[in-house]
Amino acid sequence: MATSSTVTKPRDVLGTSALRPDGAHKVQGSFEFTSDMHAENMLWGATLRSPHPYARIVSIDTSDALALSGVHCVITARDVPGKPTYGLISSDQPVFAQDFVRYMGEPVAAVAADHPETCRRALALISVVYEVLIPLTDPEDAVSGAHDPIHPDGNVIRHQRIIRGDQFATGPIVVEGEYVIGMQDQAFLGLEAALAIPDSDGLGVHLHVATQWLHEDLKQISACLNLPAEKVRLTLGGVGGAFGAREDISLQVHCCLLALKAGRPIKMQYSREESFFGHVHRHPATIFMRHHADANGKIVKIDARFVFDGGAYTSTSPAVLINGITHTQGPYKCDNATVDGFAVRTNNPPCGAMRGFGVVQACFAHESQMDKIAAAVGKSPVEVRLINAMVTGDPLITGQIMESVAPVARCITETDAIPMPEPLGKTINELALPGGSGLTASRSNIVRGIGWGVSMKNLMYSEGFDDYATARCILKDGVASLKFATSEVGQGFVTLAPQIARSVLGVDEVIIEPIDTQIGSAGSTSASRQTWMSGGAVDGACRLVRERLFHHVGKMHDIDPLRLVIDGTDIADQVGTFRISVEEASDGIEFSETFEHHHRATEELDENGQGNCHTAFAFVAHRAVVDVDPELGLVKVVQIATAQDVGRVLNPLSAIGQVEGGIAQGLGLAVMEEIVMQDGKVRNPSFTDYLLPTALDAPEVVAVMIEENEPQAPLGAKGIGEPPCISVTPAIVAAIRNAIGKDIERIPVRPQDICL
Amino acid sequence: MTVIVAKELTTALAALREHADARLIQGGTDLMVEINFNHVKPTTMVSLRDIEELRTIRTVTSGIMTIGSGVPYSVLEGEPVLSAIPALAQASRTVGSPQIRATGSLGGNLGTCSPAGDTLPVMFALDAMIHLNTLDSSRVVSIHDFMTGVKRSVRQHDEIITAIDFPVVNGWQGYSKVGVRNAMVISVASACLVADHENANVRIALGSVGPTIIRCRESEAWLKSVHDLSAGQSISLDVASEFGRRAAAESSPIDDHRSTAEYRRHAISVLASRLLRKAYQ
Ligand SMILES: Cc1cc2nc3c(=O)[nH]c(=O)nc-3n(C[C@H](O)[C@H](O)[C@H](O)COP(=O)(O)OP(=O)(O)OC[C@H]3O[C@@H](n4cnc5c(N)ncnc54)[C@H](O)[C@@H]3O)c2cc1C
Repeated sequence: MATSSTVTKPRDVLGTSALRPDGAHKVQGSFEFTSDMHAENMLWGATLRSPHPYARIVSIDTSDALALSGVHCVITARDVPGKPTYGLISSDQPVFAQDFVRYMGEPVAAVAADHPETCRRALALISVVYEVLIPLTDPEDAVSGAHDPIHPDGNVIRHQRIIRGDQFATGPIVVEGEYVIGMQDQAFLGLEAALAIPDSDGLGVHLHVATQWLHEDLKQISACLNLPAEKVRLTLGGVGGAFGAREDISLQVHCCLLALKAGRPIKMQYSREESFFGHVHRHPATIFMRHHADANGKIVKIDARFVFDGGAYTSTSPAVLINGITHTQGPYKCDNATVDGFAVRTNNPPCGAMRGFGVVQACFAHESQMDKIAAAVGKSPVEVRLINAMVTGDPLITGQIMESVAPVARCITETDAIPMPEPLGKTINELALPGGSGLTASRSNIVRGIGWGVSMKNLMYSEGFDDYATARCILKDGVASLKFATSEVGQGFVTLAPQIARSVLGVDEVIIEPIDTQIGSAGSTSASRQTWMSGGAVDGACRLVRERLFHHVGKMHDIDPLRLVIDGTDIADQVGTFRISVEEASDGIEFSETFEHHHRATEELDENGQGNCHTAFAFVAHRAVVDVDPELGLVKVVQIATAQDVGRVLNPLSAIGQVEGGIAQGLGLAVMEEIVMQDGKVRNPSFTDYLLPTALDAPEVVAVMIEENEPQAPLGAKGIGEPPCISVTPAIVAAIRNAIGKDIERIPVRPQDICL
Repeated sequence: MTVIVAKELTTALAALREHADARLIQGGTDLMVEINFNHVKPTTMVSLRDIEELRTIRTVTSGIMTIGSGVPYSVLEGEPVLSAIPALAQASRTVGSPQIRATGSLGGNLGTCSPAGDTLPVMFALDAMIHLNTLDSSRVVSIHDFMTGVKRSVRQHDEIITAIDFPVVNGWQGYSKVGVRNAMVISVASACLVADHENANVRIALGSVGPTIIRCRESEAWLKSVHDLSAGQSISLDVASEFGRRAAAESSPIDDHRSTAEYRRHAISVLASRLLRKAYQ
């Protein structure tokens, strides 16, 4: 059909499934990840790492490595000109180990050479004499003080308790359990990489790096380099996933140091194996919980004890601990609580941020407990959760009032209303049974189970932290340019930011300027916060520009600017008939505005764990349908039904992407993903043995988005990144328990946990 | 590094003779991993990919299917192998991902000779014969003699595995593999069972539960002594469970980061008894 003018292209405004600007490039392989970067005259950098979890460094001899042809420099702790340590919360992690190595894989030295192979040979020529010490690997030994301090700051990173209400309250129902969570890896696909280019005068450096937070990196790097902040510039390289693992420094300081010392650009990139040692992981944890409930299953009191294994250095352990313990209750009312929490130091790999940040661990415990309450009072998992569901206005165990929109009951009932998958055995696809392509089972060997998980997750940073975000908007000739330092790690801010500008300003063309440190901080791409925070900053900057534009148009055409609105790509007079396109109105004029978005203030917890420590919350429910082969202990997750509290959907495609991806990651923790440790050593630092879900493991996902506008959020939208991966894990484990009728208190669930 | 891309088998064989450290490469799905991890650093690679005769499947004498060492798994998954040697098709389907199956081969599985190699239990259960050629000689070795230990075989440096003879058995056969995820996983325990209805016997071989593939000859003999194994019989749950227990007793698994010896032994008993029941359904 050939009509001439009636086809209008839908505009990629808020609420549409605008496509990622980098999507096609990524699919076609033409997207430039940081590891693809190249500079004229570039050298390669590589890191020497400790083979021991705990040892004293007796001596380091780099002379043979330096003598190797092609090697430009070798650096150790002695070559760090500034602060010898770094860290997000406590600066306790050495750039290079000096006296002691405290975990397997800790950096000891780095080399710069003309080729990666030369680097590898040079590393082999560095001779380090270690006095091997007995590692502290059991977190309980750190709590009890049974082991000498392995670090000058001691073995307890943080201890915090929460005391709320009647300490002696109890009820006819008392259920308890001790839950163990294994160490999960973020397993992003784009490995750590950076390119450092020294300034021609040798007095500064420009670092291209895959990171989650440019300005925090900048702060830590410049302190270690002993350079003023303006002498260190960071530009975001192409990032292939993050999930928390790029919040801490990894190769940034090493790469800059080598570049400054060699006077040449340095490229560093980790292998998959090195990546397992080069970034922090999800905290393994042991959580004891005892719930007291009335005869109806209503929670009366919770007792809990958390021990998070922080590994050798602090990273974000103190914040992970607070997140964990303050989410003890989950999305349920609870007036009385006694919670004790420890984050401790061991000679295991350092642990820090990972999607869900402490709440994943707490949720596995509280959801397992909810099922125990349900069983004890003879109610269904859904009933017991609905009886306890929190609502807006409820006090939390920290005394903070839940001010966020809290559609907990709706999450549960709307999930419950999602149709079940077709019954087991209806299809005869053998590959779809537990065991998959291994063809280990027939239909008759399989039992099916259903399980539930519901969670609450804090959004943004907590405990008094002002994690603001900055954005600038320039409008000229009908084109908007946006500038921000928001790390795009795959979450889709580069899609969302132009959507915001189009909606607010009525433009179609939006340019995203380079993402770097030439503007104020955006905060970290973590804590489900960038849509809210950087989205708020872009929205704010665009609104300021719009105000000036209306003012300008009003003056030119003698109309009260308050009467003007954006209508499509026009500015229109709400009262009269006046209309002008945004393009024409901004022809030859530049409007530039910068906006900082700050969230409401929060405060620290007092010694009893009381205080308004969190900013806002989001909720989600998951129902898992799982097929289990009880004899072999193999599992196939058939379907995940979920209803998530999102505030408002700004991009449906992006939103479902977060939901499906998070579910896959939570499934991984439930049934396969674990860094296996033995005596402080990582046993499986590869994708051969650290297993991630494949397409045959991924379930059908049926998702409902619950849209109840969040008045505190600048766009009405809550963060949606973390919730999908939190309660799906306990839901899957509950479904396994339901299928086999056996209690399981450890994740990931291994075949032997089911069948032996 | 020199890469010799042979079009003829003789070119490849001559190159092996000439270069003492030359490594053969077929699909490269094992070798390239080793090279990337710096475990091996060959200066000469001899590519077998373009040698047509290694990529053919033929039935010369009836009852034997001869499969070229370079035939990729993606071909082995389908016909004619699927009907003639279904256990081999199943084992091929469990290997890696579509990318790996598009290029990985039996020659490479044998060349690596890992106890976790998925096609090896099939060869052990079927008494496959391995053809090895040098520039001036050839020999045919039983799979039972070929594999001598973890990643060890009788293959000499100048030998190329050209083909594998698989007897086509009248009866039932199946391959099952336990891994901790539903695809693309190294086997934690595996078993291939062949029920030869004509000769009224059952053969079972186990993977990943010992330094080599384990043929459970005692269990096989026990089963034959207590049961008629010709077509049309059915096997009771008790007999199947006992067979499973006996097969597990013949395995010698270890604890490692992938699993425990206890679980592996248990898994073998389940796989063996399930396969046996299926064979006589
Ligand atoms: C991601 C991934 C998943 C995998 N999954 C599995 C799995 O599930 N199950 C499994 O069994 N294996 C698996 N493997 C291992 C590998 O794919 C198989 O062992 C495959 O059969 C190797 O075949 P290839 O042709 O690629 O061998 P190559 O890598 O080319 O060669 C392997 C070895 O055999 C030698 N060789 C090759 N051809 C010959 C020949 N004709 N004569 C003599 N020597 C020869 C080579 O010199 C080399 O030492 C996996 C590998 C990867 C990378």
